[in-house]
Amino acid sequence: MIAAVISLGGIGLSAAVALGLAAKKFAVESDPRELAVLETLPGANCGACGYPGCSGYAKMVVSGDKLAAVCPPGGQEVMEKIANIMGFAPITTDPQVAVVRCQGDNAKAKLKYTYIGVTDCVAAQKLADGPKLCPGGCMGLGTCARICPFGAIEMTQENLAVISREKCTGCGKCVASCPRQVIELTPLDATTHVLCNSHDKGALIRKYCEIGCIACQICKKNAPDAYVIEDFLARVVYEHHLETGPGVEKCPTKCIRDFAGGYPQGSSFAPPTCAMPPQKVA
Amino acid sequence: MIELALILISAIFVNNFVLARFLGICPFLGVSKKVETALGMGMAVTFVMTVAAVVTWFIQYFILIPFNIEYLQTIAFILVIASLVQLVEMVIQKVSPVLYQSLGIFLPLITTNCAVLGLAVLNIQKGYSFLESIVFAIGAALGFTLAMVLFAGLRERLDLCPVPKSFRGTAIALVTAGLLSLAFMGFAGLVKG
Repeated sequence: MIAAVISLGGIGLSAAVALGLAAKKFAVESDPRELAVLETLPGANCGACGYPGCSGYAKMVVSGDKLAAVCPPGGQEVMEKIANIMGFAPITTDPQVAVVRCQGDNAKAKLKYTYIGVTDCVAAQKLADGPKLCPGGCMGLGTCARICPFGAIEMTQENLAVISREKCTGCGKCVASCPRQVIELTPLDATTHVLCNSHDKGALIRKYCEIGCIACQICKKNAPDAYVIEDFLARVVYEHHLETGPGVEKCPTKCIRDFAGGYPQGSSFAPPTCAMPPQKVA
Repeated sequence: MIELALILISAIFVNNFVLARFLGICPFLGVSKKVETALGMGMAVTFVMTVAAVVTWFIQYFILIPFNIEYLQTIAFILVIASLVQLVEMVIQKVSPVLYQSLGIFLPLITTNCAVLGLAVLNIQKGYSFLESIVFAIGAALGFTLAMVLFAGLRERLDLCPVPKSFRGTAIALVTAGLLSLAFMGFAGLVKG
């Protein structure tokens, strides 16, 4: 009985002493604030901030004396929380969403050839610049949808990528993944976009796509401040996004879309409901 | 010398702890998604096993038997193993935070890894001498690491394969583990052990 107590106690005691010494030798200095910051982050490890994962970002926040980069998925809310933890002045972020600047799905845009290779846009682009006749349109093989850490991108039946304005956090991973640069980060409150990415001339575009921008200037004539035409492609001036209304209505190919009125054809996303600014009638 | 070599070979291949004795299955399935993590886990277990074999051997023959308290074997061994795991945990957290993160829950789980306790108890049951038990521990640990790394390699390749939907995830991992065990059965009869 006594032998049992002493020997087991002895083993325990020596182990405790050894571990106590080891704990001192191998102590890892960790800042409790780093854990607190890490907990407020979305945890998607998307890398949009430019640091390796959320823990890398937390480490940067704690080691510096100011915020060197914002966390796009976290947005204003998370930045304020982090500023609270660290005692920094909060920095303001402009929430952004990614937009696929194309509506030419397989029903609306013609194909150059039938692609039967690996289901990946980067691979398809390497084969004679992609299966679409349009040099700028969405190929619809879903590379962006697979890379999105938030599941915000869906592929329609007719192979068009559509990004949910509610799920998208503006991390920009899809923008980098698209071999044709069809996707663009835009301000969240600007809901109207020219959904075309082809700089071809109108006559040529009409031959392969029924919903492309033909640079007819009609949008610009109806809302001069809200649109610019560059290199045969119209673009919304996002500073004047409230004045785009007349252009949307008059566009002959319907390539300008106001997302407040719904997503491109074939999308299962419900029209966005949250905080849409009213359109100003010019 | 031949005795020792036979113990080593037997522990690595013929009576592989994971694939023939099915000890230590949980880290085998849990941290075998990447070869690097599997190797890290193998190293951690190798260290714990070898040191545990040494310490438990001393405890058995210099404390438990002389004082006639062999009935305390299990708790005494677990105490030793748990302290060792704690030590390994500290070292890994200091030396390689990345490995520490990827091992996650499976690192403290080495404490109750039946491969480690099984080794300590088997050493006593088989009546191995001090040298023999060290060799047996190294062999068992190498066998564990070998099984882990082989399996992780297979799983890395499986990730790139079109696995039928109903097989995906744990199901295909277990099927693969079974096939790997089948392959190791080919060593049966090589050494009696």
